[in-house]
Parts: sequence; C-alpha cells; structure tokens
Amino acid sequence: MKDGAHWGAIPRAVPFFRPAGGGIMQAMTNSPASGETPVLALDQIVKEFPGVRALDGVQLALYPGEVTALIGENGAGKSTIVKILTGIYQPDGGDIRLDGAPVRFPTAQAAADAGVTAIHQETVLFDELSVAENIFLGHAPKGKFGLIDTARMKREARAILDGIGASMDVDVRLRDLGIASKHLVAISRALSIEARVVIMDEPTAALSQKEIEELYELVDQLKAQGKAILFISHKFDEIFRIADRYTVFRDGQFVAAGKMAEIDEAQLVQMMVGRAVDQIFPKRAARIGDEVLKVVGYSHPTEFEDINFSLKRGEILGFYGLVGAGRSEFMQSLIGITKPSKGVARVAGDIRVIRSPADAIDAGIVYVPEDRGKQGAITTMPIFQNVTLPSLGKTSKNGFIRLAEEFALAREYTQRLDLRAASLDTPVGSLSGGNQQKVVIAKWLATQPKVIILDEPTKGIDIGSKAAVHDFMSELAGQGLSVIMVSSEIPEILGMSDRVIVMREGRMVAELAGDDLTPETLVRHAAGIGSKGEAA
Amino acid sequence: MSFLKSREAILTGAIVALLALVATRYGAFIRPANLAAVFNDTSPLIILALGQMVVILTRCIDLSVAANLALTGMVCAMLNVAMPGLPIGVILVVALALGAALGAINGLLVWKLDIPPIVVTLGTMTIFRGVIFLLSDGQWVNSHEMSASFTGFARHVILGLPVLSWIAILVALVMLVVMTRTPMGRALYAVGGNPHAAVYTGINVGRSQFIAFVISGMLAGLCGYLWIARYAVAYVDIAGGFELDVVAACVIGGISIAGGIGTVGGAILGALFLGIIKNALPVVDISPFWQLAISGAAIIIAVLFNARADRTKGRVILKSAEVTQ
Repeated sequence: MKDGAHWGAIPRAVPFFRPAGGGIMQAMTNSPASGETPVLALDQIVKEFPGVRALDGVQLALYPGEVTALIGENGAGKSTIVKILTGIYQPDGGDIRLDGAPVRFPTAQAAADAGVTAIHQETVLFDELSVAENIFLGHAPKGKFGLIDTARMKREARAILDGIGASMDVDVRLRDLGIASKHLVAISRALSIEARVVIMDEPTAALSQKEIEELYELVDQLKAQGKAILFISHKFDEIFRIADRYTVFRDGQFVAAGKMAEIDEAQLVQMMVGRAVDQIFPKRAARIGDEVLKVVGYSHPTEFEDINFSLKRGEILGFYGLVGAGRSEFMQSLIGITKPSKGVARVAGDIRVIRSPADAIDAGIVYVPEDRGKQGAITTMPIFQNVTLPSLGKTSKNGFIRLAEEFALAREYTQRLDLRAASLDTPVGSLSGGNQQKVVIAKWLATQPKVIILDEPTKGIDIGSKAAVHDFMSELAGQGLSVIMVSSEIPEILGMSDRVIVMREGRMVAELAGDDLTPETLVRHAAGIGSKGEAA
Repeated sequence: MSFLKSREAILTGAIVALLALVATRYGAFIRPANLAAVFNDTSPLIILALGQMVVILTRCIDLSVAANLALTGMVCAMLNVAMPGLPIGVILVVALALGAALGAINGLLVWKLDIPPIVVTLGTMTIFRGVIFLLSDGQWVNSHEMSASFTGFARHVILGLPVLSWIAILVALVMLVVMTRTPMGRALYAVGGNPHAAVYTGINVGRSQFIAFVISGMLAGLCGYLWIARYAVAYVDIAGGFELDVVAACVIGGISIAGGIGTVGGAILGALFLGIIKNALPVVDISPFWQLAISGAAIIIAVLFNARADRTKGRVILKSAEVTQ
C-alpha cells in the first residue's frame, strides 16, 4: 500500500543490515556461545479457545546463541505460542521456565521485563512517534522529576542503531521509513530492553533479497551476543540457512524437535504434513458439467499476475498457498472489490466486466470472505434483512420491498442451512459465530449464484462445525453449483477439491489433480522448493 | 425489532411522564390546543432530525443543516421579495432543490474526496453562513417585504393543525416508508451497520453516504422556507446552533452515533422530547440555566441507555444462552 511509496525514501547505498565493526558489538562477541541449557523452556502447554484446542501439550525450548525455527502449517499453533511467550495469552496448562525456574507472564510487560521480545511480521510500532521514541517507548530513560530524558534517550538510540549498522536519524517519524527500516527499529527496540529471547515472526515476508541477506547477518550478530532466537518462517531455504534447531507443530500438537544438521527438507515436509489424512471429508463424486467460469490472464500491478483457470459446473476447485500468496487478493479482484490491470472473466461463455461486487453478483459470482466478523454479517440488522440484502431486487416491486416475499426468501434459505434461531427478527450480532456464518452463506445462496467462492471456510471453527461445512459444500457442488475454496489447510484441500491450483508470490505455480495431489507436492509448490526437491 | 420497539416505548413513557410532571405545575400545558402548538413548534426539529438520522445511520454527521436552512431560507425570502407573484409551489421546489444541492456538496466531499464528514460539514456550515452574508449584504429581510401568501403558507390551518405540522407528518410518513420498505433504506442501514460487509454485498458505501447527505440537505432546505415563512424574517444567523439540537434529538431518540441503529419513530420521539422540554420548562418557571442543564442531562442519559443496550447485544458464546433467546 502506501509503504510502497516510502521505498524511494530509503537511501539505497546504505546497507541496513551491515554488521558494524566496532561499538557495542565488539564488546559482546566474547559472550557465551551456544549451550545445552535452554534459556526459556515451555512444557506441556495447553491453550483452549471456545470449541478449539489451539495448543495441546506442546513443548518448545530456546537455547542461548542459537536460532530455533518453529515450523508448521497454518493453524498449527505458531502464533498462539508466540502470544503466550509475549504475555498476550495465558496458557490453560503447562509451565514456562526461564533459566530453569518457573515463571509466568501475566502481561506483555512481564514478558518484556523477563527479556522476551517479539518482532512481528507487521511491526507493531507507532507511526507517529520518532525512531528514538519507538525504541524506548515504555522504558525511556528518566531524568529530573520523572520526566523523559530526551537527550539521553536519543543518545542511547543512536548507539543501538550504530551497533546494528543502521544509519537512520533518531528524530525521524516512523511513518517516513520503509518496511526494512521499520524492522531495524523493531530489532533496536528488542536490543534496548536487554532482550534474552528474540522472537522473529516471518521477518522476511516483506523484504527484498538483499535486505534478507542483511537480516541474516544481523541474526548472526544476535546469536553471537548469546541471545536465544525463535524464528518463524514458511520458507525452507531460509530455515536451512539460518536455524540451528527446529521444532515442528501440527494441529496444535508437538511433533518433533532436533538439530537442523540432522535433518533434510523432505523429512521436515513429512513432519509438517505427515498426519494421515484420516479426517472424513464427505466429498461425494459430483457430476462435473460444462464450463461455468473461465478466467484468462487476470493480473494486478502489485498483488498477482497471470491467473488462468476454468471452472466447471459441480466442481470444487481448491486454491492452496501460504498466507500472502495472493489468493484472497485475486478473489477480491474477481468479484470487483479491486480492479485487475488486465484479464477477462467469462461466465457461461459470456465476457463479464466486473467492476464492483454488484456486477459480480449479477454475473452469478459470490464471495464469502475469510474475515466473516468484519466482512460478512451486518450484526446490527436482523437475520432476515441480512439474508435478503443482496437479493432485494427480487423481493421488491416498483422500488418497494414486499415484506412477505422477503420473509419467505429468508425463511427458505435459513431453513436450508438449518439455522436455528428464535426468530428471523433477531439481530445477527446476538448469534453465535457458527450461526452468523450460516446467515452469511444463506445470504449468498439466496442470490442463486453460479459460482461461490469460500475463503478459508472453516478457519477458526471447531471440528464438528467443520464437518458440517464440508458436507454442505459437497451438497452445493452436487446441486450443480461451482465452488472455489481458498484454504490453507492441507487435509481440507485434499479432501474436498476436485482440482487444486497452488499460488506462490502472486502467481499460479501448479495445477494439480488426481495422483499429483499429495501433501508433499502441495507444500513443495507453495513453499517454492519443488525444483530443488526433484533434483535431490 | 421488538427490542427497538421497546426502546421507543421507554422514550414514549419518558415523554408521558414529562408531560404529567409539567401538568402538575401547569395544567393548561397538556390541553390539546397547547400540545398541538408544541408539536407545531417542534416540527422543524422533527424534519431536520429525520434527515440527520439518515446521515448518522451511515456513520456520518451533518453539522451544516442549520446553515443550509438559513441559506435556503434567505434565498427563498429574496426570491419572494424579487418576485412576489411566484407561486408557493415553485418556492417549495426551489427550497427542496437548493437544500439538496447544498447537501450534495457535503456528500460529494465525503464520497469522492474521503474527507471526514465532521470536517466537511463544519466547513460547509461556515461557508453557507458566509454565503448568506454575501447574498444579503448582512441585511435582514423583514415580514413587510414578504408577500402574505409566502408567510401565510406555513401557518395556514387545515383540520386544526398548521401546514407546518402537516408537512412534518408527511415527511415522517415518507421517511418511514423509505427507511423500512425500499432497498435504498436498507442499504443505508447496512452501510452504517458494517461498511465492509456492505461492500461485499454489492452496496456502494460512498454513494449511500452521498444519498444520505442529499436527503438531509433536502429536508434542511424545506425547513429553510418553512422557518422563514413562520417567523417572517430572514437574516444571517437564523437558527444559529440549531444543528446541535438536531443531533441531540437523534441521540435522545436512540440513533446510534456508531451507525446502523435507529428508527424513524425514535428520531421523532427524540425531537418531541427535546421540544417538550424547551416549551414546558419556561412555563413552569424553571430558570434558563436549568433548562439547558436538563436538556444536556437528557442527552447523556439517553446515550448511557443506548450504550447499555448495545452492550447486551454482544456475542453470545455459550450455547445454552443461545437456545434461550
């Protein structure tokens, strides 16, 4: 977005991640190297959310001077463990030991005081504050009367920035920096609080190759200072380049941990996805009919490029990829939220120009977004008004809504989804999450679409509801509706899809069906290790 | 729905209690003739509150309504002075059209330039007043300059009520139908309830907000003529500060400032509540300071009420609680 504009502001000649020769770094190079005693150890950690056990007795150990890579699919529990480590969530069971002594992190401040700091994929810094203020927010050096000693704060910020080879002005506001520089500020902040444990949550997601290299060097420095680093990444090349140890989670459970030197890519992939695909997916063989939708050359200047596929009646087409691969962005373009720079969509053979969601609805393409709370239901409105909102044309005559017809339509589709509510007058906000989702799906089915796009249809819902959603998808396909399912869950993709398109970095990298459709091929294509794997 | 109705029932109860309280001190206040007079006096507030309601429903606010009223009123008055023979029908059309055009300026700035509505309407509020000054040169248009039919229209009594009151009733009925029975009304609620979801549903959020401002402006323009005609005078500062009464009426009437919640009935009751306070307190000898304080307290109590009501509408996570609903 706007950050793109700021790239130009970064003086290219300055190597941001250049390790500094002198300063505080040199003094620290003789600190302890790697040891066999973890700084921070988590054991039997359990975290439950209503209906979901996000973490089920996991363990994780972080060693001084070593990088531990945390590996797992989406939904494996990686971000939950980060939130527990940083005091945002409280575990429901298990213990955390710092230097062997049990600790608790009831608040984010407590975690920070214990020396645990996190650098997030989207840095959680303050755009309107200066670099120095960001580095020292919450623990600024105090002078007389307890006021902030600005001069000292700037001096110390300067020293830390120099230490990591960052040249930006400490007075500049953060909003004027690019993403790479913001990361440096986040890292400086981590250094300023004497961090012992540094968590890096997909730190390279927004960086260029050169900046990534510089980040690696910085990580090496942090290691040399004896800091324990937890490194979360989906990119295998990165993990093998930088990590000393690995820990694999799957579905909230601990799978394995060990040293990187003793494992190869194939084994790691196996551990990530290796569960037997034993969950029952009620995919029935649907009669696949004629082509309903054909997308040719859909491109967007920054988000995706050259998307081509065709979709047939009764087919379920899976879209797999890592978060940020551009799947949702493409879908939003297909339904007219954003404009593609080029590309054509044909619905049932006719070229349809889709410039707005209303055009998409007209063309028979509907989208059930991933963030259903924010983008799905209108919680202040009653159930029946939510269901009929995109179909009011059908229930109106001469510009006036006919309430009896409106109610009939709402009743028909809520019954079809087996939505149990006292009354269709009930505001949607008072329903449970699962029922809100039913309202949203009923809303789209009531428009009688040809193609329904379901973006992460089972994200964040419990196993029982998942089965119901899968069953329902199968039923829709059986009735001749074409379904596009965007999902990051491999079992779901494998169990439900007739065909799968894999996207990586905004491009279609594979189209898989039949015997080619295995967990390994999906992960290899999505993570971009396909060619290397074949060569090995 | 039943919930919203009960909110209006509470407000109706409060109005009845207020009238009863006033009647103990001054019995003549609740005579039908006086109540009709109070209603007539509150009619402009009702009309403006209905327009403001539409804007607030879409998560915007229109602070320029009183200035729009004054500007449109001045234009109507000057038109009448220049062309005394112009039929009232034409004056009404001019008032509606000019008001709508002024509202459209607000709407376009919010829609196309994405400027926060409070900033836009704060700006246009001042600009509209400035334009009145330019047009009138700061001069008043007095009753002797206006034609008898121009000033007489609003006061003409039909079936016991002045035309002004009838227009308020008519506007209320039209708005009731528009808000509950047309796709456009539904879209306005949807935009305020959840703009993100509204976009996915094929509703153009900016355009809906534009429409809301046009409606609000149109009703302000209509009030402009009616106001000038009723008081038979037009000048720069007419209805100064009245926009705050209008917003207050909406808030008291249960229109959520956060958007998406509110009804035509609520806006009318909110306006009536405020109108009764303003008319009743002087006759029962309450000092002007207390009148303001009581109006202010009513607003805060109403907001507290609505905030509490919104809280209970939170998510129900427990399955057992869901069944009992």
